[in-house]
Amino acid sequence: MNLASRFASVLRGRTAVIGAPYLWLLVFFLLPFLILVKYSVAEMEAVQPKDLIQFKDGLLQLTIKLSNYVFITQDELYYKTYLSSLKYAGATTFFCLLIGYPFAYFMARAKATIQPALLMLVMLPFWTSFLLRVYAWKGLLSNDGWVADLIIGAGLDQVLAALGIISTPGKLMNTPFSLVLGMTYTYLPFMILPLYGNLSKMDLRLLEAALDLGATPWTAFWTITVPLSKAGIIAGSMLVFIPCVGEFVIPELLGGPETLMTGRVMWDEFFSNNDWPLASTLAVVMILLIIVPLALFNKYQAEAQERRT
Amino acid sequence: MSAAMLNRWFGRGWLSAGYAFLYLPIVALVLYSFNDSPIPNVWRGFTLKWYVALANDNEMLSGFWLSLKIAFFTACGSVVLGTLAAFALVKYKRFTGRTLFAGMVNAPLVMPEVVVGLSLLLMLVSVQRAIGFPERGMMTIWFGHLLLGVAYATVVIQARLHDLNPQLEEAAQDLGARPHQVFWLVTLPMIAQSLASAWLLTFTLSLDDVVLSAFLSGPGATTMPLVIFSRARLGLNPSVNAVATLIVFVVAGGSVAASYLIARTERRRQQEMAAAFRTPSPDPSPHAKEESTT
Repeated sequence: MNLASRFASVLRGRTAVIGAPYLWLLVFFLLPFLILVKYSVAEMEAVQPKDLIQFKDGLLQLTIKLSNYVFITQDELYYKTYLSSLKYAGATTFFCLLIGYPFAYFMARAKATIQPALLMLVMLPFWTSFLLRVYAWKGLLSNDGWVADLIIGAGLDQVLAALGIISTPGKLMNTPFSLVLGMTYTYLPFMILPLYGNLSKMDLRLLEAALDLGATPWTAFWTITVPLSKAGIIAGSMLVFIPCVGEFVIPELLGGPETLMTGRVMWDEFFSNNDWPLASTLAVVMILLIIVPLALFNKYQAEAQERRT
Repeated sequence: MSAAMLNRWFGRGWLSAGYAFLYLPIVALVLYSFNDSPIPNVWRGFTLKWYVALANDNEMLSGFWLSLKIAFFTACGSVVLGTLAAFALVKYKRFTGRTLFAGMVNAPLVMPEVVVGLSLLLMLVSVQRAIGFPERGMMTIWFGHLLLGVAYATVVIQARLHDLNPQLEEAAQDLGARPHQVFWLVTLPMIAQSLASAWLLTFTLSLDDVVLSAFLSGPGATTMPLVIFSRARLGLNPSVNAVATLIVFVVAGGSVAASYLIARTERRRQQEMAAAFRTPSPDPSPHAKEESTT
């Protein structure tokens, strides 16, 4: 084989390796997304969206209908839904960080021999159905459930009611409490894993140096460990926050009528009201809401990958 | 008690509480599947009647078979496309639209599933109107799961490809192997472990998916999670507990055993490789030194 044809065959291989997944993603990810945007702004003809650009009577016409976007800004329900989705996603991220950071920290500082086992135990629930684990909370939190008995027995339901998180003491299911608990439970491993990856690689000599120079362990933790784990905190928080904003299954099973979530409202517009254009509009706005955290996450991912190479 | 001791016990306590939180729902599901009481939260003795009922539950059984088929094809397709995508990202640092490509690979990981499901459905409906194909059913669900599966498989395989020692592939090339021979004889055996992990991961993901399946399923194509979800929406249901217990022991047990085997094979292979690098050579390459110190 001469050099030129050999070079050509390498190039062909390269084209196929890049081309196949690229084409797949263009057709099944980018194209559907563009169609979604089109549905949200197109004039509807029966059940089909009209073409945005039409050539009629020698004129090129561009028809864009923004009434759906105007509608969701004017109807208070949608505005409130987006706000409360962000609120619940934010609360979930906060609690995941609160529980997950010390968890990941103690995991990373445990004996090196047991760390693989500890890590395996965090990942194990991934292998059991997410849907069934969420369903289990329904039992645990409903009347006479183990966790409900525990909370009510300790009188914590009075505290939650006083804080306005549940409306009546003694009823924990289908409240903001059960929703945030369910989401915190589901997404906790997504917070722990990046934090553990980050904290376990930390150079412990930095802490020793700080202690030698007279810092208290507490000061050393806040001035060295926490700033150095910033990348892990950002990655974990984004992995929790972004999917929570659009979550559907958990609000449907554990939330109540008062816990408005955008994923659920969009689902109802689509499946109950059959309003495809409005559902598309809600989906596009949902993406606009998460685009900043999404960009932040992608930037972090890219940096992490560059560092590895 | 000294401060260090206090710290250690606090750490142990926090970890134990965290694990209890993670495992409590699973334990509860398993226990209550053996509960002889129509009210799921009140314990009234041991029974197997929910399992007997499950054996005659045709809706659940046919949903299970459908889910199993979709999960199998999703896992296979995800590993093939994920390998290609991971190769494209790791081996080729410069090609037109690489940023877009990397973004599209990662996006389904964090994109809300309702958005992915709705947009895929809208596209498939448009295509079906134009050419009369595909009908909504098993195949359209497979498309959706594959989109998610490829993203996960790419991440897993990419991580492994990054850590590969490029000298092994270069050596094979220098010794006259064609690019496809390098791939099948050198690269593939070295990344086989990550391919197996990616297969297992995407299989369980597909077996568990509710949202994409709900958007993409058609009449007669009800997967197991859809059956479970519609029952769970109505309230507590002992048959769901029985299904959960079976899944915990069969799927989770199987995946854990498989992951363990994969990890063991991988460790052995790495030991062999380390041994090969240790064999004395007149001119040790800098990489060999690095390998022995790390």
